[in-house]
Amino acid sequence: MASLSLQGLVKRYGHTQVVHGIDLEVADGEFIVLVGPSGCGKSTTLRMIAGLESVTAGTLRIGDKVVNRLEPKDRDIAMVFQNYALYPHMSVFKNIAFGLLAAKRPKDEIETKVKRAAEMLGLTAYLDRRPSELSGGQRQRVAMGRAIVRDPSVFLFDEPLSNLDAQLRGQVRTEIKRLHQTLRTTTIYVTHDQVEAMTLADRIVIMRDGRIEQVGTPLDVFHTPASIFVAGFIGTPTMNFMTLPAARDGVAATLKLGEGAVIPVSSAIVGARERVVAGIRPDDLRVETAGTGATLRPGEVRFEGTVIIAEPLGTATQVTLRAHGHELVGMADGRLLPASGETVAVTVDTKLAHFFDPDGARLRG
Amino acid sequence: MSGPAASLFDADRPWRVALAERPGLVVAWTLLVIGAIVMMTPLAYMIGTSFKAPHEVYEINLLPHEPTFENYIFIFEKTRFGLWFVNSVVTSALVTISVLFFDALIGYTLAKFEFRGREFVFIAILSTLMIPTEMLIVPWYVMAKNFGWLNSYWGIMFPGMMTGFGVFLMRQFFMGVPDDYIHAARIDGLSEFKIWWKVAMPLVTPALSALGIFTFLGNWTAFLWPLIVTNDRALYTLPVGLASFSGENLTDWELVMAGATIATLPTLVVFIVFQRYIIRGVVLAGLKG
Repeated sequence: MASLSLQGLVKRYGHTQVVHGIDLEVADGEFIVLVGPSGCGKSTTLRMIAGLESVTAGTLRIGDKVVNRLEPKDRDIAMVFQNYALYPHMSVFKNIAFGLLAAKRPKDEIETKVKRAAEMLGLTAYLDRRPSELSGGQRQRVAMGRAIVRDPSVFLFDEPLSNLDAQLRGQVRTEIKRLHQTLRTTTIYVTHDQVEAMTLADRIVIMRDGRIEQVGTPLDVFHTPASIFVAGFIGTPTMNFMTLPAARDGVAATLKLGEGAVIPVSSAIVGARERVVAGIRPDDLRVETAGTGATLRPGEVRFEGTVIIAEPLGTATQVTLRAHGHELVGMADGRLLPASGETVAVTVDTKLAHFFDPDGARLRG
Repeated sequence: MSGPAASLFDADRPWRVALAERPGLVVAWTLLVIGAIVMMTPLAYMIGTSFKAPHEVYEINLLPHEPTFENYIFIFEKTRFGLWFVNSVVTSALVTISVLFFDALIGYTLAKFEFRGREFVFIAILSTLMIPTEMLIVPWYVMAKNFGWLNSYWGIMFPGMMTGFGVFLMRQFFMGVPDDYIHAARIDGLSEFKIWWKVAMPLVTPALSALGIFTFLGNWTAFLWPLIVTNDRALYTLPVGLASFSGENLTDWELVMAGATIATLPTLVVFIVFQRYIIRGVVLAGLKG
């Protein structure tokens, strides 16, 4: 096991720069998830750590060793690929043992390690099969087995679940988490799926256009997103954003949502800005039948909206509505299914709202 | 077997009904049967003639009136047929092995490594396909003469040891091999050569089989170059040896046919052996996740 350190990591292909100086310190045993839309540089960063891409500039350390120029095999890492990269002409046993065979380890050691990994992953019955005779989930486990037996300092995962169907994805995700809890190996995991990021990570690294937008625990990035980008990327359904005109009145200030609907904010948030972007998660935007809402609690604002579409999810109903010229998504009780065109009451707890500069940065009050 | 053919063999339906419903099938089957006859007749005639006595050779009958093994006995006892056969096997096999090894190695390098001048090298190799063999005979001969390769196995083999076509074919197939396999092997600690040999090569067995068949058959039937490069009868390959049965005034067709019949056997073996790998390769590729 080892810590990992990225300092000013840059990747350039010809004149195109895809990673713009990444700084990241990963503690020993930590589970880090790199997340972001496609083309954000997360896979390239992972491949630089693996040694499959050269590092254009910056320093990459595994443990206390600079590994910039080391071959992949000398970096003491193991990687699980998106398409598993299982050798189709070899049995499961040989696939798992391949790295050890290549390293010419003693036969009994290979046998013991493969058997132990197979047991850990529930693959014992399949050791003689070919990858083509396995289901997607089993193949994924073989790929993990191959990584485990090498007993590496760092595990690298490159979108390992994206080829699985939704149900299996959940299962394997749990297995990966359990595996990490057992082995406590430092792990870097790349995904574009924010649910995977939230559920697996000790810390999430959100990337965009080759730069880090925010690093934090899952709850950190969810509750205090550093930018509009992060706020929009983490959480489903996506956060509602409204660009609202600001009004100052001494220490207090307000954002005007519409006639009779204002969001009180501290003047520190507004500063000298004319406009502020308010972000409200759909879960913090309560939709009820018009005229039935409970008494407002301090900080709550209520206004009316017209339903565009209502989608029942079972436990709740997701309502897309229009209010004061903004299209918003909110949640109603699961038993409520308003018709489109119906007028509903919308209650927002402004204490839970997020505020951003129109440029994208989070505003703190 | 897909739709139309399957319905033709549907046990519950008489084939006449099936044919009446799909007139296209009648045309297709007629063409196939004619094609088969055109292909098979010379082969049948060759085998038939190989069992004929000399006076029967120019008769049109496929089956000999008095079948005889004399021709076979003659070519093995009175000519150096056995030696020519060995010459052909050795040169064809060595050339095939060489082509499979080097063409795959070069194809892999061109497909999976980025280096300055890669495209240039590829186009240079590809452009050799545009030069017909006949044009190369003279330079090959001059080369063989100057290096002292005339009348040797090496002289017969050297022009074919690597081929532009093979490099092109293998490059195309290696380009279809996902990089992740190679990356995974690299992380597993294999040398670049071993990655090629142990990981990439097994993934392109269909292409290797096809190239193997083409190369072996091409060299097995090669005539012009072996004829030119060898004078020593002991070094003749089969086609050259068989041609030597033709004299200035007379051709012993029954001997040529007996020799040609035996000469087809290894090609059959090669085809049957490699074809299995082609089919297995296709099945394998189809199941890959």
